[in-house]
Amino acid sequence: MDDLRAAAASAEDARILDALRAGDEKAFLALVQSLNGPMLRVASLYVSSRGVAEEVVQEAWVGVLSGLPRFEGRSSLRRWIFGILANCAKSRGVREARSTPFSDMGPRDDEDEPAVDPSRFLPPDHPRWPGHWSAPPTAWAEEQVLNKESLAVVEAAIAQLPMNQREVITLRDVLGWNSAEVCESLGLSEGNQRVLLHRARSKVRGVLEKHFGAGGGR
Amino acid sequence: MTRRVPEELTCAEMVRLVTDFLEDALSLEDRTHFEQHLVFCKGCAAYVRQMRKTIEASSALKGEGLSAEAQAELLRLFKGTCK
Ligand SMILES: [Zn+2]
Repeated sequence: MDDLRAAAASAEDARILDALRAGDEKAFLALVQSLNGPMLRVASLYVSSRGVAEEVVQEAWVGVLSGLPRFEGRSSLRRWIFGILANCAKSRGVREARSTPFSDMGPRDDEDEPAVDPSRFLPPDHPRWPGHWSAPPTAWAEEQVLNKESLAVVEAAIAQLPMNQREVITLRDVLGWNSAEVCESLGLSEGNQRVLLHRARSKVRGVLEKHFGAGGGR
Repeated sequence: MTRRVPEELTCAEMVRLVTDFLEDALSLEDRTHFEQHLVFCKGCAAYVRQMRKTIEASSALKGEGLSAEAQAELLRLFKGTCK
């Protein structure tokens, strides 16, 4: 099935590439419009401001256009473009960090906080229900999770995550890449990726729970 | 000594395993224990639903695209390279 999907993707890629190489402006604009939201999000992982992220995306497109004649299709078009983008964004981020002495790219990921406060579980030596919830989570109202206010809470929670957790949750959950794509793009093992994803999702869930508990709806 | 049957998962363990469950990375045996726990534990069922909702919320985040000027600039660049 993956082979089928890959074949379909590469046929689509070939169609887009032919159009781009033929100078088809509509095809180019369509590609830009479908990718620039995700590209800005990825660029924003590594640089300090929205303005700089826009510059990085522009710079990446320059690289894409100049590399187009030599692109051989060994990876998908999208992966190739995001590879160029990540390189541009990371080297820009490094330059920024050099010019701003105390630039803060968020906390490092060496802490290993529990996904849920241990006090919400009964102790391991509880006679009847060791390790079971003492303060179980309660159901969220379906519609309130996706309202504007909650989404802003999620956005802010992701922004607070350590860098490598933020990378993984952005690519996996926000942009919807599959785990193989994310592992390849970030140079992570499957297991490592899953650990980072688990920490990231658990923290975002915790922030949402606090938000709803603090009268954020209901 | 606890009375817990060894293969039974505690809620605390469920919380630790939830991403492996959602990512389909559990062994068949662990997956069965996970699913069995979900049947009788309302708290964990709610927890798993919250995780799924959290993922859904992340996927619903919208970013703005490039400004109209930036797009026009790119188009000029494209016309330039394709001459
Ligand atoms: Zn439970």
